[in-house]
Amino acid sequence: MSAVFEITVLPGGERFACQSQQPVLQAMVQEGLRCVPVGCRGGGCGLCKVRVLSGLFECGRMSCKHVPAEAREQGYALACRLFARSDLCIER
Amino acid sequence: MKKGVMRPGHVQLRVLDMVEALEHYVELIGMVEVDRDEQGRVYLKAWTETDKFSLVLREADEPGMDFMAFKVLDEATLDRLGEELLAFGCLVEHVPAGELKGCGRRIRFSSPSGHLFELYADKELTGKWGLEPVNPEAWPRGLKGMRAVRFDHCLLYGDELDETLRLFTEVLGFTLAEQVLDGDKRIAQFLSLCMKAHDIAFIHHPEKGRFHHASFYLETWEDVLRAADLISMTDTAIDIGPTRHGLTHGKTIYFFDPSGNRNEVFCGGDYHYPDHPVVTWTVDQLGKAIFYHDRELNERFLTVLT
Repeated sequence: MSAVFEITVLPGGERFACQSQQPVLQAMVQEGLRCVPVGCRGGGCGLCKVRVLSGLFECGRMSCKHVPAEAREQGYALACRLFARSDLCIER
Repeated sequence: MKKGVMRPGHVQLRVLDMVEALEHYVELIGMVEVDRDEQGRVYLKAWTETDKFSLVLREADEPGMDFMAFKVLDEATLDRLGEELLAFGCLVEHVPAGELKGCGRRIRFSSPSGHLFELYADKELTGKWGLEPVNPEAWPRGLKGMRAVRFDHCLLYGDELDETLRLFTEVLGFTLAEQVLDGDKRIAQFLSLCMKAHDIAFIHHPEKGRFHHASFYLETWEDVLRAADLISMTDTAIDIGPTRHGLTHGKTIYFFDPSGNRNEVFCGGDYHYPDHPVVTWTVDQLGKAIFYHDRELNERFLTVLT
């Protein structure tokens, strides 16, 4: 049983469905969207950095070069390591 | 080899999660775990390598490369090169024997491109993995995944390519095998110690000290295609390939480790003797120089770094 949430990406307003166990970036690629740039997909390169504007989420390990602790507190995350726990609105 | 630097010896990479990293480097690439230390670092080698290790993984909050090392002929060469590095103006640090398990003393220095390198003369000789030293069989049974043959080279991104070239040729005895020119400006340089098209390569990038990839050698094109199959089977993040490079003409595939460090496995490619003229590509043909079949650069190859 896995929950499915809706992700909205600003500024373009693209929407796609994302299962709770898959990274947001992977769900976006599966929908054929490219509104967030795709890089290493391992939390290392920082290319897919986004800010979560609303919603609940968890993150896997990410390079502290691109998401230091204070940025994390402000909702910044790498979409390849971002897991939705509710519908999310994110900004690239 | 002109200055007594023989070959690449090891690279230490930072990974975000050691368990995931070992699944990648051991089960997928086919490196063999040989040791661990009290810092939690894990030591690996490819099966044909005679020294104890060639890849060291260290868990950290930021992926990338700590340093790459080259093996030199002997202790006297190490001392001489240490002095020449100082005279060149490098920051030089002496790392005592045993800091890496099984490795002798190392001389660590930084390049103008912003990367850390090391030289050493001595490392524990453990022989090729799984083979007897006398009357050796063709290959050992029990190799995993891509069955990597050896750690081959790194490609690094940074600035000050001219001074970096001068350091590697004048002090360390590398020769410039291949290059990409933008008018008079060299934006890529592939340097060799021996007959390989590259033992280390640099591409110009405004930020110092960035890591592009660590490369592992495979024997055949069939092995590269098989590696591509394994990348799909394991849902590993792919960058590009299988394809061929214009530069070096190696046949290649690029992918990422679970921390976002780029890896390459490749086969074939040009050979290089020290008397060979430099092979030159021009920037208007950069797409073909990097990806010979697509003839188009993918943006990721230039911008995704750790």
